[in-house]
Amino acid sequence: MQSLVIVAHGSHLNPESSAPTYAHADTIRASGAFDEVKTGFWKEEPHFREVLRTVEGDEIYVVPLFISEGYFTEQVIPRELRLDGWDVSEWDSDGLSADQATLVARDVDREVHYCGPVGTHHAMTDVIVRRAESVTGDPDVGEGFGLAVVGHGTERNENSAKAIEYHADRIRERGRFEEVKALYMDEDPEVDDLPEHFESDDVVLVPLFIADGYHTQEDIPEDVGLCEDHTEGYDVPETVAGTRIWYAGAVGTEPLMADVILERAADAGADLGDALATVRETTRVAAGD
Amino acid sequence: MADPTPDPATATPDGGTTTTDEPAVPETDLPSDAFDAVLDAIGDLAPDERIRFEGFAVGRDPDAEGAYVLEPAGDDLRTGLSERDLHAALAERAPRVTDWYAFERVVGEFGPRRAFLRWIEDADGATVATRYAALSEGIERAWGQLRITATVTDRGERRYEVRHVDDAGVPVDDLETHDDPLDAREIVKLDGKGRYRPLKTAPSLRRGWAFPELGPRDAYELVETVYPATVANWHREREGDLDVNHWRETMERQSGIYGVIETWDRGEGHEHVNWVAEACCDDSQCLKRREWEYDEETDLDVDGGDGVFPCREPCSVVVSAARKWTRLESEQPRTYEFELTPSEKEQLEAVVDAVADGRIDEIREADTKEGANRYRARFLRAKLFDEEGNLGGVPTDPDDGE
Repeated sequence: MQSLVIVAHGSHLNPESSAPTYAHADTIRASGAFDEVKTGFWKEEPHFREVLRTVEGDEIYVVPLFISEGYFTEQVIPRELRLDGWDVSEWDSDGLSADQATLVARDVDREVHYCGPVGTHHAMTDVIVRRAESVTGDPDVGEGFGLAVVGHGTERNENSAKAIEYHADRIRERGRFEEVKALYMDEDPEVDDLPEHFESDDVVLVPLFIADGYHTQEDIPEDVGLCEDHTEGYDVPETVAGTRIWYAGAVGTEPLMADVILERAADAGADLGDALATVRETTRVAAGD
Repeated sequence: MADPTPDPATATPDGGTTTTDEPAVPETDLPSDAFDAVLDAIGDLAPDERIRFEGFAVGRDPDAEGAYVLEPAGDDLRTGLSERDLHAALAERAPRVTDWYAFERVVGEFGPRRAFLRWIEDADGATVATRYAALSEGIERAWGQLRITATVTDRGERRYEVRHVDDAGVPVDDLETHDDPLDAREIVKLDGKGRYRPLKTAPSLRRGWAFPELGPRDAYELVETVYPATVANWHREREGDLDVNHWRETMERQSGIYGVIETWDRGEGHEHVNWVAEACCDDSQCLKRREWEYDEETDLDVDGGDGVFPCREPCSVVVSAARKWTRLESEQPRTYEFELTPSEKEQLEAVVDAVADGRIDEIREADTKEGANRYRARFLRAKLFDEEGNLGGVPTDPDDGE
């Protein structure tokens, strides 16, 4: 029996923090790729500590719904899941290349395949592009448009910037958008000066975050100048210093994220049948009016 | 609070003489899926093995190809039964066969699910006849703020109605009904006043909904959605292997911004943890029964509560709050001088009590007899606070006043 466990941060304060996790779990459940799909959280329930004991299957894939490799994926999750013998060298990663480690979880005395985070998987690049399609309502968006991929800077986690740059580079190489930039919240180039970094009249701004919350709903909109105060709200697009900014909100809410979760499990050996194709199709953006 | 025994109004005595008050075992058909499952199970058996039901068993007849045995058989043929004979014999015993089918094939082996669904109808204590009679009337169980009513169809299938325990008498038509257990994720998110519930086992589950007719697996999923991992931990406790992690070891495990909490334990006793447990873990705040203590040797002095399901370690809400208290409790006390009337002192106590007991919304706007009444609080602030918000005009930090 094949089981998927999606582990995410969750929140004590924000009721919507877990919404993307649940939504992607539902998409994957509907695909029929796994006999069961469970969710576990750091700040909600079931907690990381107890989620594995709710799992019935014997072929268990744990996929962290996190943006980058770092404190949570390397220390907190393995410790709380009680992965026996875990060491970050199991992933043999340069900060972007964690794939999976197969270890016994002492909590249930069963092997689990502990996967790298969704945010650094190459399929995540497609989700950022899909997010741009969603927010513009245009499945062919690109011509005449710039794309800004935004995240924390290195102050919190050096791998966070690596993930942003990795995806920005990949999208730039495809030549679909006029220009692609990686911008940061707490270091240069800063998202506050977004119009200065782009020549295009239209720029899609995609924050590389899992869930909408303080950073994506308050910090970034105010820093970029979409609004004076987040409580006033803003339009999409909103014009700031002559640039029309299409603010996409957290990339993690994009339905195609379910595909990246599946890719992680597939890389770790899960048998998914045609679920990948199904999920890519069912999460597709409808063509504009 | 959950009652670990079946409702006396619906439970039936285990065996004994039948009285006219005792509900009868309902007429039960043998559905073809249950019969086919028996045939499949027999097909997997060695010739001398048996499928065991309550009080009888069936298997292959070693002396006759394609025939079956039934033992003990009463007036039935004991050996050489054709498939038709076997069906007739099993149909006569349909409650016991459908009971086997319900637990062995529908519920399945998974420990927590199986133990929970068997506990609901006392399947490890009561006979099939007793249980089917009780199920025909409805067996009620409480799990936190859930009220679960188990029934049986005329085909021996279990059905579970789940609703808020305080909606017990409400007609189902007046409730918002659901059939997908995952719908409960929306039900548990906000309380009745629309506030986010960060702790799923807080006694603040909103009312007004029902899952009128769930199968066994969905009933279990619903309970696990409303109160995650509670069945798994309850099951481990029943099996005698609940892994409790006490305060000390839990705080020593923390890292990052929570790493500071272990410094709150200074080898000077555990009174601070008593306060944490009284603040966060009381039955008025959480329906889990706290099983963790200060450490393996040192019990806390406050009661762990009466919940059906155990709490095996300080949860993330407690850990987050403990981080705040670790910082606050590192401060040294100071002496402040204020003048308060006796009523003002009592009013401050009433305000703290009202917040701590979550009574703010119950205090009526014009009820100035209540110390935590809004006008009373505003009057106190107008009278005693200076422009900086200092009580009695006394600065919090003495240097600020100079």
